Amino acid sequence: MSSSNWTADFLSRLSTDITVTQIDISSVTLWQIESHAWQQFAELAVQQNLRWAAGWAEHIEHRFFINTCFEKQGEYLLLRTIIDASNPELPSQATVYPAANRSERHTQDMFGIKFVGHPDDRRWTRHQAWIEKNYPLRKDFPVQGTPVGITPPDMHYPFIKSHGAGTYEIPVGPVHAGIIEPGHFRFQAVGELILNLEERLGYVHKGIEKIAEGREPESLARLAGRVSGDTTVGHCWAACMAMEQAAGVIIPPRAALIRGILAERERVANHMGDIGAICNDVAFVFAQMQFSRLRELWQRTNATVFGHRLLMDKIIPGGVVCDLSDESCALIKKEITELRKELTEVILALDLNSSLEDRLYTAGFLSEEIAAAFGTVGYVGRASGQDKDVRRDAPYAPYDQVTVKVTLETQGDIASRLWVRYKEIRTALRLIENFIDRLVAGELRAEWQTPVAGSEGLGIVEGWRGEIISYIRFDADNNIARFYPRDPSQLNWPALEKLVLNNIVPDFPVCNKSLNGSYSGNDL
Amino acid sequence: MNWLIAILQTLLFVALAPLLAGWIKCCKCRLQNRKAPSLFQPYRDLIKLTHKQPVVSEQASWLFIKAPYIIFSATVLAATVVPLIAVDLPTSASADVIVMVGFFAFARFFLALAGLDVGTAFGGMGSSREMTISSLAEPAMLMAIFTLTMTASTTNLSFAISHVLNEGLVLRPSFVFALAALTLVAIAETGRIPVDNPSTHLELTMIHEAMILEYSGRHLALIEWASQLKLMLYGVLIANIFFPWGIAETFDVQALGYGLLAIMGKLAVLAIFLAVAETLFAKMRLFRVQEYLSFAYLLGLLGLLSHIILEASR
Repeated sequence: MSSSNWTADFLSRLSTDITVTQIDISSVTLWQIESHAWQQFAELAVQQNLRWAAGWAEHIEHRFFINTCFEKQGEYLLLRTIIDASNPELPSQATVYPAANRSERHTQDMFGIKFVGHPDDRRWTRHQAWIEKNYPLRKDFPVQGTPVGITPPDMHYPFIKSHGAGTYEIPVGPVHAGIIEPGHFRFQAVGELILNLEERLGYVHKGIEKIAEGREPESLARLAGRVSGDTTVGHCWAACMAMEQAAGVIIPPRAALIRGILAERERVANHMGDIGAICNDVAFVFAQMQFSRLRELWQRTNATVFGHRLLMDKIIPGGVVCDLSDESCALIKKEITELRKELTEVILALDLNSSLEDRLYTAGFLSEEIAAAFGTVGYVGRASGQDKDVRRDAPYAPYDQVTVKVTLETQGDIASRLWVRYKEIRTALRLIENFIDRLVAGELRAEWQTPVAGSEGLGIVEGWRGEIISYIRFDADNNIARFYPRDPSQLNWPALEKLVLNNIVPDFPVCNKSLNGSYSGNDL
Repeated sequence: MNWLIAILQTLLFVALAPLLAGWIKCCKCRLQNRKAPSLFQPYRDLIKLTHKQPVVSEQASWLFIKAPYIIFSATVLAATVVPLIAVDLPTSASADVIVMVGFFAFARFFLALAGLDVGTAFGGMGSSREMTISSLAEPAMLMAIFTLTMTASTTNLSFAISHVLNEGLVLRPSFVFALAALTLVAIAETGRIPVDNPSTHLELTMIHEAMILEYSGRHLALIEWASQLKLMLYGVLIANIFFPWGIAETFDVQALGYGLLAIMGKLAVLAIFLAVAETLFAKMRLFRVQEYLSFAYLLGLLGLLSHIILEASR
């Protein structure tokens, strides 16, 4: 199956009034079209089963560059249109792709671009922290923002309402009883049955995109590592990959293998934490304690071997800053052998527990159709039959040297998402061993070359939550002009609104935990 | 003298309740392979809470502030009815087991009202769930208790326990059913796993905790203490009705001392069973609770039937 076939085929299907300009940027196909054909293109794309993967805009000298990233069979297509900043209007793609909905609303809040025909043009990222009609990502907006003193309460967001006898509304959050990230959930329920759930996120908006502007590559890598704390390796890698593409830097093989080990270690740690947390949400505390213990031991090894429990700032543009000695390799391999033994024991306790089974099977069902429509990625998608994994479909170093076995389940319930995680832990353990065996002596870091102004790169990696897409454009003098990280949570959060339907209110926490979206990664 | 012992027994009840909670916590921690907090941690928590300033919502009425005192008093009054270390005390003679159930219902009524009072969604949700569960739990509980009272021909707990003691060790099928029914009800009524999770932080899954989510400071301390007391009450009820041996029948110091040791030993063993069950099971879906309580009711009914068929003719 040659993946490049579909782009040629697609090109031939485009009607004559869409003019495509093909531009070459590194590994991705970039097509530029007229703005009036923006929606028309999306309609064609959906017919051709292209998955909407990311969308972002950029302000360059009185013009807005608007980008959408599509994917099919592991091949990525970047679609771009340029509109004038004096009258920023564009037909909406959210009418065709529900996944584009929040992304377009984010762009609308940050740039003041109006998406004509958008099915839901309420504000999204903007709460009350900056003045209406101020658009932070426009170049004339100051980096320090326009603080309004104490942020006024956000009282008037028009939530979807329900009417009728016995229906009621449950507002939950943004401050929760447990120590978790802030996010607001608005339920419409009748009795205990959930009629509708509406998410209201954006409470952890940190202005990542704005403060990225003007940074040097190393400083940007540090920032990318903080997009979402639990995905620090994933985001840092994606950002570095984008910068390396833009600068034409090729990382040494040893650095690539170590990056792979770091990413898989992050995956194992988070999956173990999640499995425990899912069990804890149905009050099966035993499992949580066991998985917390295993995760803690794993992270202590991270601290001994790499110098940081969460592996923060280990990936830098051009390579890595940590090396693996022979003793460390032996230590990691020994740890993996022990972990396998322990996992086999603990997972048996989960598997044989019928009261746990009763809670996890059939609950929080996400159908394959909805998963596909929202373009869900990672374990959420793979538990609902979405056979996607960047490590296999669009392999990058070091995954191009190995075969990645992709776990697929089709039941789409909480149990599926738990089992996908478990099997991914086993795959990740094998990958780490494999990478260690392949380690070759050599440099850890390639020399950095200052990229020419305007060069761009798109880093696509499989983080532990799923596909991460990072876009970088350089300015002159090695400075970043635009950084946009698309966390997998952005595609998975809308799926939560769908998978809780027909569940009861007290089952929401475990449904949410089985998806475990990042608030920080979504809000930027 | 008798009255003095009765008051002393009630005070003992109130004083020991946090210790039992600490012991359960301790057992659970051990079963989960982790270090347990001190046995006296619940006391420290209660003391800490009394030092904190209670925060009360502007929307709260007088009921919200008075409710903790009412709930605590009603639970203490219920404790006076249950023989802890001695039988034939004047307090337990003056009120029977129906009164005890009544005190519980009274406390719950105010707890549910207080949950509704501040107008948060969680409070209302918790109250609604609590009332659903209690409406199913109370008949099951009464059914189990009727089995017992039919055997002893009295609804008075003190006399019933004396009756069981005098009969000696007789295996009654009805008691086996009643014990099972009462245990199931006790777990539901005291909000333990698998019906409710007392240590959860997830607002949407809460039952008891959702109602008291708005409480803080000394108000919270009183409610927490009352629920610890309620847990102990159910424990004592099960321990002393079905395994009454060791309880003091005379009021000399030695007998009372043995009585105290006996009940502490029995509760410690019961707590281990509870901790094991809570470690083994996940919480059930909310809508399964009705099946669970119907099963408890059925067990109570079977107990009653087996008493009539197998035991009453003797």
